Amino acid sequence: MVDVRYDIAFKLYPYEKVAAQEATAQRHPVVIVGGGPIGMACALDLGRKGTPVLVLDDHEGVGQGSRAICFAKRTLEIADRLGAGDAMVDKGVQWNVGKVFHGPDRVFEFNLQPEPGHKRPAFINLQQPYFEKFLVDAVRDAQAQGAPIEIRGQNAVTAMERHGDFVTLEIDTPDGPYTLEADWLVACDGARSPIRDMMGLSFDGRVFEDNFLIADVKMTADFPTERWFWFEPPFKDSGQSALLHKQPDDIWRIDFQLGWDIDREKELDPANVRARVDAMLGDGVDYELEWTSIYTFQCRRMKEFRHGNVIFAGDSAHQVSPFGARGANSGIQDTDNLAWKLDLVIKGLAPDSLLDSYSAERAHGADENILNSSRATDFLTPKSETSKIFRNAVLYLARQHAFARPLVNSGRLSVPCVYDDMPLNGVDAPGLPEGTRPGASCMDAPLDEGFLLDRLPGKFMIMAINTEAPKITEVDGVPVGTLSLRTESHDPTGALVKRYLGETEKALYLIRPDQHIAARWTRSTAQGVRAALLRAIGKGALQ
Amino acid sequence: MTLNLEPNIADPDGFYDELLQAHEGLSKSESDALNARLILVLCNHIGDRDVLRNALTAARKG
Repeated sequence: MVDVRYDIAFKLYPYEKVAAQEATAQRHPVVIVGGGPIGMACALDLGRKGTPVLVLDDHEGVGQGSRAICFAKRTLEIADRLGAGDAMVDKGVQWNVGKVFHGPDRVFEFNLQPEPGHKRPAFINLQQPYFEKFLVDAVRDAQAQGAPIEIRGQNAVTAMERHGDFVTLEIDTPDGPYTLEADWLVACDGARSPIRDMMGLSFDGRVFEDNFLIADVKMTADFPTERWFWFEPPFKDSGQSALLHKQPDDIWRIDFQLGWDIDREKELDPANVRARVDAMLGDGVDYELEWTSIYTFQCRRMKEFRHGNVIFAGDSAHQVSPFGARGANSGIQDTDNLAWKLDLVIKGLAPDSLLDSYSAERAHGADENILNSSRATDFLTPKSETSKIFRNAVLYLARQHAFARPLVNSGRLSVPCVYDDMPLNGVDAPGLPEGTRPGASCMDAPLDEGFLLDRLPGKFMIMAINTEAPKITEVDGVPVGTLSLRTESHDPTGALVKRYLGETEKALYLIRPDQHIAARWTRSTAQGVRAALLRAIGKGALQ
Repeated sequence: MTLNLEPNIADPDGFYDELLQAHEGLSKSESDALNARLILVLCNHIGDRDVLRNALTAARKG
């Protein structure tokens, strides 16, 4: 029997018995445990590169509940590369205006007008079930085009055993247990990762003693599409902070910070939830409760995300507070980083040690996210009398004085991590813009036709701007593409110059399959590109 | 810029008087709030992170 842990929003991969359940254990190159957003993105990325991948999920589809609702630009760019971006952006809600209140008073308002010259907005609000469904839709499209991806629903991993270069998994199904083997196991099985527990690995960090009540309400009321955040809200029993934020389908996310000592069951009683929501929205607002939940959170990560041939990605590897939308967004960046490396290792084109760089780069990203989200949490829930005095002083001053507004922290929205000083980075050339230094993810820019990131399709790319691209189509068997651009004809807005050349006339960039910059030069150099590429796949020494 | 720990305030007695007067009639918690606001205003005016860090260190050493 397979336990049902949650209700399904979309049934996308119903259980089907497969012949392997009756046969001797079959070996798979990659098994992904967990069919959430991170597992599906990983499967999609690997499958589209031609690497066979099997996803095991203990349910038959996407769980209910909006959960993650804020998806950042970098996530949408990765989804574009995976063929799921349009569906997400079409469905998602875009917003720019945020208002911050302290008690009944408005402290200030901000407008996050996106910087022009990017295909995707800074972020969209979209319920997690839609995000996951669009990924599975993209998996189905990829399968139709021959991508070797298989999803098995209601397949629950109950035990694993590690052997030298493979693992054995015991799997429970409605038709009973079976066994399979995997050369590589990717654990995308969430914050309570059973795989992590089976391996006895630690997951240490800081526990925040607070409970947050989420009430998603459906209403057609005339609230603007803005993010409203209250410190010490004025409505009855609303706790220490509250948030109101719009999602698609006339759903509004309402979040109340309840403190530590609460009676969960009592707080989740619909009558009590409604009393809080009524006090917030005011009399006469008609709404339905769509979904409610109480969550607590921790900020923690595993020491290493890679343990031999078992690799952890997403919440199984790291957990942050929800402020700043750094959970799902960072997990998607994990798979973006992992998939191309695992693909090259499986194809024998890169050494196994390349995967250590996944752990190093993404642990660096997790540390950044944990730092940002801990700081936001400390502002939201001051941990001492003095920190509360300062917090309230900031909010008081922010009403009158611009200088205090950047100190107000209700969550810093997720931006992609730059892999500064990481071992795969190659040379940098002086004089080029800082934002596109080695380790950074490429900034988008409008070209004469379409956008730059759509021209970087998930393999190593040489981007030559106003210079001859070296004629390289592969290095040690690793395919390399070329994008040659002339700013006089391909850069209608000047964004390419601003983001990739600065004051310099010409530049050559080597870009990794995850669209992060490997190395760059101010002249064309075939030798430099080869050396940088070898370094970026874990084969090279310093140039 | 380095943190100036030499005398820099004209009419020190007059300044000290103004500082105390700003707190006149306030409760302990109101005074605490005023101090916090004053610190934030002054820190922003200084702006230089090295100077601020040195000031924090100097203040903690007492």
